[in-house]
Amino acid sequence: MPAERRYRAAPPDALACVPLDALTLVYDRRSAQTHLLATPLPEILAAMGGQWWRISDFAAHLAAEFDLTGDSAAEAPAADQRAVIAARLHELAQLGLVEAR
Amino acid sequence: MRHSIRISVGPAHFRIGSDWREPLAQLAALYATYPSATGSANATVHLFAARPWRRFLRPAVHIGGDFTIPDALPLPLSMGLLAAEMAMNLQMALGWRRHMLLHASAVERGGRALIMSGQSGSGKSTLAALLGESADWRLMGDEFTLIEPLSGDALAFPRPVSLKNQAIAEMTARVAADRFGPLLTATPKGDIRHMVPRANALAAMRRPAVPALILFPRFGADVAVQRIGPSELFVRLTEASTNYALLGEPGFASLSRMVQTVPALAISYPDSASGLALVEQLWAEALA
Repeated sequence: MPAERRYRAAPPDALACVPLDALTLVYDRRSAQTHLLATPLPEILAAMGGQWWRISDFAAHLAAEFDLTGDSAAEAPAADQRAVIAARLHELAQLGLVEAR
Repeated sequence: MRHSIRISVGPAHFRIGSDWREPLAQLAALYATYPSATGSANATVHLFAARPWRRFLRPAVHIGGDFTIPDALPLPLSMGLLAAEMAMNLQMALGWRRHMLLHASAVERGGRALIMSGQSGSGKSTLAALLGESADWRLMGDEFTLIEPLSGDALAFPRPVSLKNQAIAEMTARVAADRFGPLLTATPKGDIRHMVPRANALAAMRRPAVPALILFPRFGADVAVQRIGPSELFVRLTEASTNYALLGEPGFASLSRMVQTVPALAISYPDSASGLALVEQLWAEALA
């Protein structure tokens, strides 16, 4: 069975981030590309810090940081949350803002 | 190149070489009242014959310079002036690195700049030309506005205004005949006539202005005004810039600062008179 994929955000000094009204501008100094990110991508980048994350660990970290484990009946099940976070990390990896291995 | 002249427009200093004398004589006449170019050229333009023998048989002007588009339309020699203008625009759009280039017109009043961006036909050039004829405003440019990356200042590029089709009659009715170049009929863009900016625009062409309002005009609809938020403004201005990506982080820093500090509006207007009134009203509100 292959090892679970892990993700790490670009180092902070590689990016210049400017939050605007609806979007956050992100300039990547390594590629000289400008990205416009909608929420929650900037928040995910910031929450990743400098470490490598497995999806399940990062989902738990986000749940704790953003209080996603409330008692609301409308809460998405944990498996759905993990799928959403995996999709967002994949998008960030395609932009080159997150490393995957 | 057998013939050459030098022309200074804002911070640009062109050296224009040509296989023929006629287009350069027309250019020299059009730019006769511009401040003279001193120092070394920072943009080069060539007007050349496709093959040497064509210079005599069936003269056609190809354009080139530091940058060349291989398939750029050859124009008959009678349109040498238009070819020269296209070549100078091409050099600015593709070759200029010192400033962020916006495909936008601009006018200045009290040290502040009103920048107007839009596609051909939006009325940005005509509005700027009309404002430039009124006592309170200085025309900074009808086609390109340069942004200094560190300061965010707008720099002028007051080439002769390229009037097209209906705008020709609108301006010839108001402006002295000696400020117009020859009427160029049936060009690929329709009828074109160049108008030399008012003397105040040429005298102050190297004086920067602080951007105070950005408008995206649309000619031909009822009067409407819509505010544009910073992120939409960022997208629109990167689309309007020919060299944003080339400037790297200084360009990013400059543009992201500009969209947070300069208000922007999309406006529609049915005719020049109501467009001018709307611009004056929005300018007063922006500075209030």
